[in-house]
Amino acid sequence: MKIAVCLKRVPDTEMRFAIAADGKSVDTVGLKFEISTFDEYAVEAALQLNEAHAPGEVAVVGLGPDGLGEHLRKALAMGADRAIHLAAETVPYDALAIARSLAGALKEQGFDLILFGRNATDTGSGAVGPMVAELLGLPCVTAVSHLEISGATGTARRELEGATATITFPLPAVLTIDEGIARPRIAGLKGIMAAKKKPMEVRPAELGAEVLSIDRLALPPERQAGRIVGEGADAVPELVRLLHDEAKAL
Amino acid sequence: MADFMVFAETRGGNLRTVALETVSAARQAADASGGGTVHALVCGAAGVAGAAEALAAHGADQVHVVEHPQLAHYNAESVAATAAALIQSTGARAALFSASVEGRDLAPRVAAKLGVGLAADVTAFEVHADHVTATHPVYTGKAVATLRLVGTPAVLSIRPGAQPAVEHAGKGEVSSLAPALDPAAARVVVTEVGARGAAKLDLGEAPVVVAGGRGLRAAEHFSLMEDLAAAFGNAAVGATRAVTDDGWRDPADQIGQTGRLVSPDLYVAVGISGAVQHLAGMRTSRVIVAINRDKDAPIFKVADYGIVGDLFEIVPRLIEEIRARKAAG
Ligand SMILES: Cc1cc2nc3c(=O)[nH]c(=O)nc-3n(C[C@H](O)[C@H](O)[C@H](O)COP(=O)(O)OP(=O)(O)OC[C@H]3O[C@@H](n4cnc5c(N)ncnc54)[C@H](O)[C@@H]3O)c2cc1C
Ligand SMILES: Nc1ncnc2c1ncn2[C@@H]1O[C@H](COP(=O)(O)O)[C@@H](O)[C@H]1O
Repeated sequence: MKIAVCLKRVPDTEMRFAIAADGKSVDTVGLKFEISTFDEYAVEAALQLNEAHAPGEVAVVGLGPDGLGEHLRKALAMGADRAIHLAAETVPYDALAIARSLAGALKEQGFDLILFGRNATDTGSGAVGPMVAELLGLPCVTAVSHLEISGATGTARRELEGATATITFPLPAVLTIDEGIARPRIAGLKGIMAAKKKPMEVRPAELGAEVLSIDRLALPPERQAGRIVGEGADAVPELVRLLHDEAKAL
Repeated sequence: MADFMVFAETRGGNLRTVALETVSAARQAADASGGGTVHALVCGAAGVAGAAEALAAHGADQVHVVEHPQLAHYNAESVAATAAALIQSTGARAALFSASVEGRDLAPRVAAKLGVGLAADVTAFEVHADHVTATHPVYTGKAVATLRLVGTPAVLSIRPGAQPAVEHAGKGEVSSLAPALDPAAARVVVTEVGARGAAKLDLGEAPVVVAGGRGLRAAEHFSLMEDLAAAFGNAAVGATRAVTDDGWRDPADQIGQTGRLVSPDLYVAVGISGAVQHLAGMRTSRVIVAINRDKDAPIFKVADYGIVGDLFEIVPRLIEEIRARKAAG
């Protein structure tokens, strides 16, 4: 099976950050970056599928600045076979602009599956995957939490609010990967050494016009530091009184 | 004057609350623009037309109903094609979807079909002559972006719970519409939708969420959380990833960066340390209560009220007190 996985480089979600002087972006000084969480799940899912349905290939594809290279390399160290780096100094916020560029790189390459994260941890949108599917005319299932492939047919499960849907789809297809499907493996030394020799193709991203941009970025209001009502079960009546009288939450 | 197209989500033939929220948001925006028309699209098996009344009561002027046996379950390809066609034929200035699992699947497909921008998961928006601005939490809730969307139509998905459902009657004319793509021709097929649990409140819709962490020590101790939820009467039980990883709870109960996003009126965190990935899923709750035996646990930094101590002593007492309070009215 031939599988492509789209990876985004995003700020480490554990880091605190500041807004840059332009008021519309994050101050990158001292910022650490990582592969977006769900994208790393998608890499793991692809590697497992490939192990179960050998022979095959896992290609990782990313659009971003120079710094993206090390994250694509990390995916190669996990076990992916090759990488495509669509070079762009800045990544647009506009999902359609990203999708058009990725679709251009992914089309006519004979991928049986193209995997995305459920959403990128920076935008939180979940838009690029289904947009690529539309642009390529491929069937698409989003937020997949369980996946089985048998021949040219896939069965996926996705969690709805309060319910679970079972879905069948034909290959080739686009999927976006949710929590539950796979936890990413840690690359070993052997993988890291092997990754150095794996092919990484770098070419310009060829981004078109953007229709969506960030006007303003702000930190949300800090939550007021709370109050410890007391210790142990004896504090419960006071808590309930406060919830009722002060917070009006009962 | 701006016209709107709203996709009204149903499940099992019934309108979901998010559909009423989204149509209310459209009504409000149409009125703010000087009185545009609100079109609502509802798709389902025979009988789904019954949803028109509630949509009209919440502001729909024209309800377009697509009924087809193969629309009993969500049919992404057919519905996306129909929504895109309706947006074009109505000349809508903006199309609104709910940022539910289904709406998040649908909106980007429609935007890509129309070759226009999508602002996903917005909490508020404003329509201007040549652009739309929308508010959207980014970086797992650590920042809030004001987005600018140019071009017509603008496609938006509205975060569940961000806009209240408000009764405000629209004209409520109902017409039936043929699907723009034969539902039977769809390649992706939903074969089954199974409800989880026995008619429990969904985490995303419950006014109160009681969430348990590793501090509960074992799956069976979650009966304590179930009892606490029952005492509140309007609560759903959530969990941390530590808990779902250990199989103490269904993965669908996970709250956080890689789980569900909730923003209830009251969130009670029990035996939860308060890792950033957990906070990402609940920090916008109106009132947060934390119960933890470690006074330095990070959860206390976001909690409005905290009790330090052993949850196995505190929670049973809390259940008693809440019951007494409810009984007293
Ligand atoms: C990529 C990634 C994504 C993640 N996504 C999520 C996510 O979506 N959601 C999520 O929740 N986590 C997520 N995590 C995991 C997160 O980092 C934490 O590990 C997790 O939230 C911890 O769960 P916990 O608070 O239940 O457990 P712990 O951190 O072990 O905390 C248990 C707490 O219980 C208290 N306690 C113990 N016994 C008692 C007692 N008897 N009485 C009172 N208090 C007691 C302890 O003091 C402690 O504070 C993610 C991690 C990563 C790396
Ligand atoms: N710049 C990018 N490069 C590669 N993949 C991306 C990029 N942006 C988004 N994606 C993919 O699209 C998914 C959804 O992104 P988003 O629509 O921003 O939530 C991500 O999880 C990635 O799989």
